[in-house]
Amino acid sequence: MKHIISPTDLTVSELDELLTLAEEIIQNPKKFSEVCRGKKLATLFYEPSTRTRLSFEAAMLNLGGSILGFSSADSSSASKGESVADTIRVISSYADICAIRHPKEGAPLVASNYSSIPVINAGDGGHNHPTQTFTDLLTIKNLKGRLDKLTVGFCGDLKFGRTVHSLINALVRYEDINFVLISPEELRVPAYIREEVLDAHNISYEETRKLEAAMPKLDILYMTRVQKERFFNEEDYIRLKDTYILEEKKMTLAKKDMLVLHPLPRVNEIATEVDDDPRAVYFKQAQFGVYVRMALIMKLLEVENA
Amino acid sequence: MLNIGGINQGIVIDHIKAGGAMKIYSYLDLENKDCSVAVIKNARSNKMGKKDIIKIEGTLDDIDLDILGALDHQITIDVIENGIIVEKKNPKLPDHVNNVLKCKNPRCITSIEQGLVHSYKLTDRANGVYRCVYCEQAFDRR
Repeated sequence: MKHIISPTDLTVSELDELLTLAEEIIQNPKKFSEVCRGKKLATLFYEPSTRTRLSFEAAMLNLGGSILGFSSADSSSASKGESVADTIRVISSYADICAIRHPKEGAPLVASNYSSIPVINAGDGGHNHPTQTFTDLLTIKNLKGRLDKLTVGFCGDLKFGRTVHSLINALVRYEDINFVLISPEELRVPAYIREEVLDAHNISYEETRKLEAAMPKLDILYMTRVQKERFFNEEDYIRLKDTYILEEKKMTLAKKDMLVLHPLPRVNEIATEVDDDPRAVYFKQAQFGVYVRMALIMKLLEVENA
Repeated sequence: MLNIGGINQGIVIDHIKAGGAMKIYSYLDLENKDCSVAVIKNARSNKMGKKDIIKIEGTLDDIDLDILGALDHQITIDVIENGIIVEKKNPKLPDHVNNVLKCKNPRCITSIEQGLVHSYKLTDRANGVYRCVYCEQAFDRR
């Protein structure tokens, strides 16, 4: 039995298999519509999330399975003080697989230590969110045709943005990857990512404040939201939130086949005028999220292909 | 210059980062051990500027001295027998330590879940960096 707690819990070849299966599902979703008949997914969401929870639920329903769960700590026994360890031991007897989101970092790892069913981390505070990373990788692989030989720009909040850290961690395992890290000084990629991930893998990267200057080099532009909830000081948030706004004018500087990704939700960092640009793929990315979660559920439940 | 006499049988924990001696004193539970202890703080050091030293007269059974490397990766340990140094040890940094380092990250699950083992893994041997297995925050020795 396998759990998915961090994006690197899958080896490169396991990840390849996952993405290949996801692409088969994209080609012929009907073929997979009954493969999880009789199986149940528990969604244990200790903090609110619309997108991720619905994406997991849609994935299981698309596979013919059923879902159960709760969508906030208030509506679960956590409000009575039950520990994650106790909750998962009980849920293990109700469902075949579970996805857990928790505001505390490491909660899904604790769950996996006590669980007798596969546990998927659906986001633990500002820490890991592996299925978002798999979504990003599927989006790139499907639309670019490769995960190597890419110059990937990350823009916005690179300090607190867990999706950025996770995707960097996942991409450094592929050949010939270059990063352009675009952020204000205060929101730079943390030193431990530079030292323990980028330098340790001899990855070439540059840090810059100028989005315009970086645009022509990029194969992928990964935009992020400056997240209000990560700031202790509202003044800093207000000062930094509008540092980068991607609009049509900046898009004219980019390659014709560059892709713009965003983990969503966006606030104003991508102007709505960009939505119609064929290079803006963030809504497709959300759709890919369902396919990759379908593939992941199948792999973890060891369900045979139809 | 402060002078502390040599010891006949025991260990000297040297090159402790200045200010760190009491943490090691407390981890080794020296207060409750049947041995004489001298804690020297802010001793002059050519290599470190300032350092702490702990001299322990007596035997410390059942203590994994390598664990001390997790608390302070620069320390050295001299084993003294009959007044002379018979062994010099640099603690090997263990790959994992349980319930020695405590995670202080308020966003970590260890801050609310009762009874969890505080578990750390070594992620950077050269710099002695340990990270909490739950939240991956590096242990801050300050």
